[in-house]
Amino acid sequence: MKKEIIFNMKSPYRDDFRIHAFSFGKGAKSLAIVGAMRGDEIQQQYICSQLIKTLTTMEEENKISPDCKITVIPSANPFSMNIGKRFWALDGTDINRMFPGYDLGETTQRIAASLFKAIEGYEYGIQLASFYMPGDFIPHVRMLQTGYEAIEEARLFGLPYVCIRQPIPFDTTMLNYNWQLWGTKAFSVYGGQTNNIEDQSTNLTIDSILRFMKKIRVIQNFKQKPGFHAMIMAEEKLITVKADKGGIFYRLKSPNDNVRAGEIIGNIIHPYEGNIISNIISPEDGIVFFGHNKPLVLQGSPLFKIIVD
Amino acid sequence: MIKTVVSSALPIDEKLRIKKNVITNGNSKKRICIVTGTHGDELEGQYVCFEIIKRIQENITMLDGTIEVYPALNPLGIDSITRGIPNFDLDMNRIFPGNPDGSMAEAAAYAICEDLKGADMVIDIHSSNIFLREIPQVRINVDDADKLIPFAKMLNINFIWVHDAATVLRATLAHSLNSNNTPTLVVEMGVGMRINHKMGNNLVDGILNLMNNIGIWKDKIDAKLIAEPTVSRGDEVIFLNAAASGIFITEARNHTIVEKGEEIGKIVDPLTGKVCQHIFATQKGLLFTIRAYPVVYEGSLVARIHRL
Ligand SMILES: [Zn+2]
Repeated sequence: MKKEIIFNMKSPYRDDFRIHAFSFGKGAKSLAIVGAMRGDEIQQQYICSQLIKTLTTMEEENKISPDCKITVIPSANPFSMNIGKRFWALDGTDINRMFPGYDLGETTQRIAASLFKAIEGYEYGIQLASFYMPGDFIPHVRMLQTGYEAIEEARLFGLPYVCIRQPIPFDTTMLNYNWQLWGTKAFSVYGGQTNNIEDQSTNLTIDSILRFMKKIRVIQNFKQKPGFHAMIMAEEKLITVKADKGGIFYRLKSPNDNVRAGEIIGNIIHPYEGNIISNIISPEDGIVFFGHNKPLVLQGSPLFKIIVD
Repeated sequence: MIKTVVSSALPIDEKLRIKKNVITNGNSKKRICIVTGTHGDELEGQYVCFEIIKRIQENITMLDGTIEVYPALNPLGIDSITRGIPNFDLDMNRIFPGNPDGSMAEAAAYAICEDLKGADMVIDIHSSNIFLREIPQVRINVDDADKLIPFAKMLNINFIWVHDAATVLRATLAHSLNSNNTPTLVVEMGVGMRINHKMGNNLVDGILNLMNNIGIWKDKIDAKLIAEPTVSRGDEVIFLNAAASGIFITEARNHTIVEKGEEIGKIVDPLTGKVCQHIFATQKGLLFTIRAYPVVYEGSLVARIHRL
């Protein structure tokens, strides 16, 4: 294992800001993995730490394939995590909206530029991402449809779903989009929750990344756990079920649960009087793909995304 | 007449309402919209909304058409000193034209856009952020420059910045409207969390002048009283970013000509008493942006100069 500081910046009052990269194996740039870019992506960072631990042992046991270099960057934003902020604390900017970065630009553009320089040119790239809405997902691989997306290879994770999405203008500043444009086969892996590391889905995500590494042959002599033959689906085909009222949300169905048309899948409860003011009903038969997981809901917020055939 | 454009329930005993004031007089079907308060920490537009409504109501017979004033596109943000929409990850000015099926913020953006479409002119007033102080200026996407510059010149501002058509800016309110044949001018002036009355009054004069030119306001304003703005096109803007982290201190005055090599400010270390960096103008030009918030990191923008 080779440990390297890829970005170091003095802060006005805090300790230096540092981004660490951990490399395994030698030779062709095969796979880069990026964990937390936001201060609440603790699960994403934790997954990277577990991969670093596993890869360290594998390297000692000669299980990294010859002419393969794997780089893991567990965090590009320890500063926000240490003080409980999601975005860059001074100006509220999001590092994952700054790619490909600019080394002479604003602070977070410089951070993005250094990170991108360290991980560009790899054949494969995995980002452990979080969603902009609060909730949990069925673990899946998510890709932007840029024209360069490697859909078939996304199946090699053996996660149950691969979700494809048309990029909107805002996406053009994200890591995944720029990675693809610069020739890396980029995948975003979404697990369960962002703030929680004791989720069962954490281990599932770690297993899926090791499975992917085995299938693309960057690790060898490793017995991977069996996976799924992923279903590929377009995000716009998911059915969104929204809150028709504001209030306290009580979720009755979780990701991966089957639901029937007409079934009550959640309640909205009056915040003071405690009675049910709305039953959330599934419009079709399907499987819950995403479920809102905060107790408060705004009127009109998406509560569920459901996969229908 | 006060109208509600968006109404949506918050979890507990409260509704989010985005409101507008619609003032109509005369026979003209023309309509101008003044919108502001997308970013909750930008307040210059609040004074402009107050002042323009007051001036129009005092001289209502001069109005021939409709003016609609939207002081707060992001009412929760203004009310809580939050730049973005509280409890929402994305900048409100990066989600237009919105989505009726999306989150509350995306649905609100959609409703706002639909409500503004078809106006003869929209003025979207911003006031930088808490970090930077800006001279009164209009920012125009290069694709809309020929169409919009003549109107921008009516606004009694000092500077017009024609900028690149960055993909990410396609999700702004102004771009969404301009690409829907609703001409929209973006004004940036002052600094976040403060109000400068003089700038506000000048812009109100400019808006009335523009309204006169497009036939909604009968009172003609003496052209000599309207400022002639510097127009910056192409690669004429120089960005000065901090090379050190520390406290930025400056004596420089915005809206002045600086010489090449002139000191704009310095970054100092309050613990050691040392100067970490002297920041010099790399070209002669018009200083139109200067940092207002003293704490800087490497990379923080400290000034912008339009090269002369
Ligand atoms: Zn703004």
